[in-house]
Amino acid sequence: MATVTHEQHAAVEERERVIVRFAGDSGDGMQLAGARFTDATAASGNDLATLPNFPAEIRAPAGTTAGVSSFQIHFAARDIATPGDTPDVLVAMNPAALRVNVPQLERGARIIVNEEAFTRRALQKAGYDDNPLDDGTLDPFELTRVPMSSLVSRALEDVEGATSRQAQKARNLFALGVVAWLYDRPTAVIERWIDQKFAADDVVRRGNRAAFSAGWAFGETSELIDVRVRVAPATDVPPGEYRNANGTTAMALGLVAASVRSGLPLVFSAYPITPASDLLHQLAPRAAQGVRTVQAEDEIAAAGIALGASYAGALGVTATSGPGLDLKAEAIGLAVMLELPLVVIDVQRAGPSTGMPTKTEQSDLLQALYGRHGEAPLPVLAASNPGDCFDTVYEAARIAIERRTPVIVLSDLFLSNSSAPWRVPRAADLAPIDPAFAPPREPDDPPFLPYERDDRGVRPWAIPGTPGLRHRVGGIEKQERTGAISYDGANHARMVAARAAKVAGVDVPPTALDHDDGADILVIGWGSSEGALIAGVRRVRQRGHAVARAHLRHLHPLPPDLGDVLRRYRRVVLPEMNSGQLARVLRAEYLVDVRTHACLEGRPLQAAEIERVILEEIA
Amino acid sequence: MSTTAEPTGTLTRADFQSDQETRWCPGCGDYAILAAVQGVMPDIGIPPERVAFITGIGCAGRFSYYMDTYGMHSIHGRAPTIATGLVAARDDLSVWIVSGDGDALSIGGNHLIHALRRDVPVKILLFNNRIYGLTKGQASPTSERGKVTKSTPDGSLERPVNPLATAIAAGATFAARAVDRDKAGLADVLRAAAEHPGAAFVEILQNCPVFNDGAFSHVQDKDEAVLHRIPLEPDRPLRFGRDGDQAVIRGDDGGLRIVPGAEADDASVVVHDPTIADPTAAFALSQLGVDTGHVPLGVLRRVPSTPWGEGLVAERRAALSTVDDAQLDRLLAGPDTWTVGGGPDA
Ligand code: SF4
Repeated sequence: MATVTHEQHAAVEERERVIVRFAGDSGDGMQLAGARFTDATAASGNDLATLPNFPAEIRAPAGTTAGVSSFQIHFAARDIATPGDTPDVLVAMNPAALRVNVPQLERGARIIVNEEAFTRRALQKAGYDDNPLDDGTLDPFELTRVPMSSLVSRALEDVEGATSRQAQKARNLFALGVVAWLYDRPTAVIERWIDQKFAADDVVRRGNRAAFSAGWAFGETSELIDVRVRVAPATDVPPGEYRNANGTTAMALGLVAASVRSGLPLVFSAYPITPASDLLHQLAPRAAQGVRTVQAEDEIAAAGIALGASYAGALGVTATSGPGLDLKAEAIGLAVMLELPLVVIDVQRAGPSTGMPTKTEQSDLLQALYGRHGEAPLPVLAASNPGDCFDTVYEAARIAIERRTPVIVLSDLFLSNSSAPWRVPRAADLAPIDPAFAPPREPDDPPFLPYERDDRGVRPWAIPGTPGLRHRVGGIEKQERTGAISYDGANHARMVAARAAKVAGVDVPPTALDHDDGADILVIGWGSSEGALIAGVRRVRQRGHAVARAHLRHLHPLPPDLGDVLRRYRRVVLPEMNSGQLARVLRAEYLVDVRTHACLEGRPLQAAEIERVILEEIA
Repeated sequence: MSTTAEPTGTLTRADFQSDQETRWCPGCGDYAILAAVQGVMPDIGIPPERVAFITGIGCAGRFSYYMDTYGMHSIHGRAPTIATGLVAARDDLSVWIVSGDGDALSIGGNHLIHALRRDVPVKILLFNNRIYGLTKGQASPTSERGKVTKSTPDGSLERPVNPLATAIAAGATFAARAVDRDKAGLADVLRAAAEHPGAAFVEILQNCPVFNDGAFSHVQDKDEAVLHRIPLEPDRPLRFGRDGDQAVIRGDDGGLRIVPGAEADDASVVVHDPTIADPTAAFALSQLGVDTGHVPLGVLRRVPSTPWGEGLVAERRAALSTVDDAQLDRLLAGPDTWTVGGGPDA
């Protein structure tokens, strides 16, 4: 860090938790600034949760409100559950970013702006008639005006070969430097990242280092910010080794772990789609772990390739987002019929159709459960936080392999992008996965029966190449045991029942209940809303009310005791980012009056709204 | 369904015949193709447990049930995707796709194109009967313009797809054509396809006596066949017909022409060479006879192939086998970790 000769002017304030939002044009590098701040915060030992938010267009018209990209991080000295509702600090790199984000701030929040970005033309593009920095509209806030453009240019003057264009691109690192100073983040993590990322171009590397250092030095010397904030490391989290991970990373690692532990090579096939593509990007460089990725010609092929790989005796996985799940339905149906393993990951986004591809939603649940022709039940699991993506996909792979069935894993855009500290699992602690391929047969052995079921209702997985097991499979209904083509109605009824029973027999643990004595309200959820539900319930409890909370990973089959659990409460509330899809299922399944709180705004549920919903039910 | 013991010693046709009763209509060309495939399998010399037939939907789709190998009767048009997945995970199998004109060129057109341009190591047999058989007689993508069917009572408005032209345009490194009832010619083409390391595309003209009888009688019936078949033999001049009374020459526009044999001197008759790297020659052959009813038969194109993902299956399996728990632990931890409360074992 640059040496600073000035006296330390700023007072230090301890805070339990802080929410920071970096906002700018989508070309301003806000996701990068946020991600680097997250790394440094993780290294500080804080608990954290993040929420990236970006436009669907790669380059929406520059400077407009449509092109604003933001990254929010919530970090704390204690266990936290959500990326936070309203920021304490907003970094706004241009007028449009200010305009979009100011309405979400509470009085007293700090706003750090690049004042030089507030030109006449930029103000016009953002739809401002007057400059909000001067007209008093920001009076309720703590405004810090920073001439970022010239400060960065000056910082880069010392870097030989640096261009003005580079100075423009390095502003995000300057802003990161200011905020890193404000919260006393360790700089080494960020500097190491810059060094590695730009190792190939020394001018760019040194320019970015200079911009970051200049931002830090500005905080230290300018006296524009007079209070530094310290957030102590979180200590109320379970002990262990932690890393930072978003849902995509955890899910990719979960697949690799399932491959290693089962000994089955992972064949991952996908077609580019937002936001699921990141899984393909994370798995493609994993050749050293034996991963084979195939970018397919379409979503249909991606599913077919994964299923073909499973037929071959590999771990076949395909991933997509809503529109792609429509197209995979026929391959999933075939996998149901063939009774072969297949893992299908759906990173949900707001639909229907193209919908809002960069906004989150949980609205594919009913499709996952029922979206196939014919009677085609299969296990459906949903991950509830970034780290849980690992456990969920690992369990899904285990079920698929051991039960010879397609399994759908539901994640969503929020989970896939959001990061949080993750207690790193130990390989030795992971449940074993046994593919148990059917063994070869000798000429004198009795004939092989490809659809003979074991006591779990599971058929043999007989992979091509195995002597003595030659057989044919297909989408046509099978004769029980022999697997020969059969159009016999009574046999069909038995096969439908056998396939359903096999899926219903998947081991699901009892409902994990977070129950207060005397609670007569149960708040239940699934998927990525877990954090908001935990935080909302915590707030209600702090007001002295008793509440119970449960969160489901297994959406089919449901936990065996769930009906009893639901019936124990006077009121069951189910917040979900859809119009009430799980509520509909639970009502149908258990005849319980489950009340929906629907959120369809393309954003994650928030602690404050959960608190409000529960309080309304208590009143 | 029963399975049979693995054959020992020399393979025979019987080793590839399943015990399933074939259920095509009497007289269907599929019977002849099945017999031909079962007949050449012993020559190819791969034991039946290392052969997989992946089929789509349609009459041709039933093929997999009749081969006593591994087999999957999959989804309409999607057999290439399943087969691609199979070879993405295995390099020790001989993988065959059996498809029809509707399956491969209509609902599965995209997959066919991509299997060929990737050069996936599979053999693709396309049974072209120019009609939808299993759904009882609608116009198919290879039905001729003006074809009257149940779905086109006033005649089809559409130009037919040319399967070989499509395959060659998609980058096929092997493209051939045979006729269901031409035992010897079909067997030769199948053997050549089996030897090809990459994607081998074979169009087989197949009679559907129920819904499109006689679609290929000009190359099936003895008297007609000799007039219309253009046998493609490497390094041989393209003279055909009764006593070679027809010849193929290159026209001024670069396309191929059929002229009376007497009008063409030896220097002007095209000499067949399937190994020309530039696909133009094979493409011209795929167009030859489209207007006149002449049909080139044999291997149009066979050029060196680097099959998709060659070596990767073994490489990835070897990589996976070296990953132990300690390495997995390191991978899961990533480069930056911190410890809360006295270490991971606390
Ligand atoms: S409908 Fe035609 S193609 Fe199908 S089995 Fe009958 S004859 Fe063969």
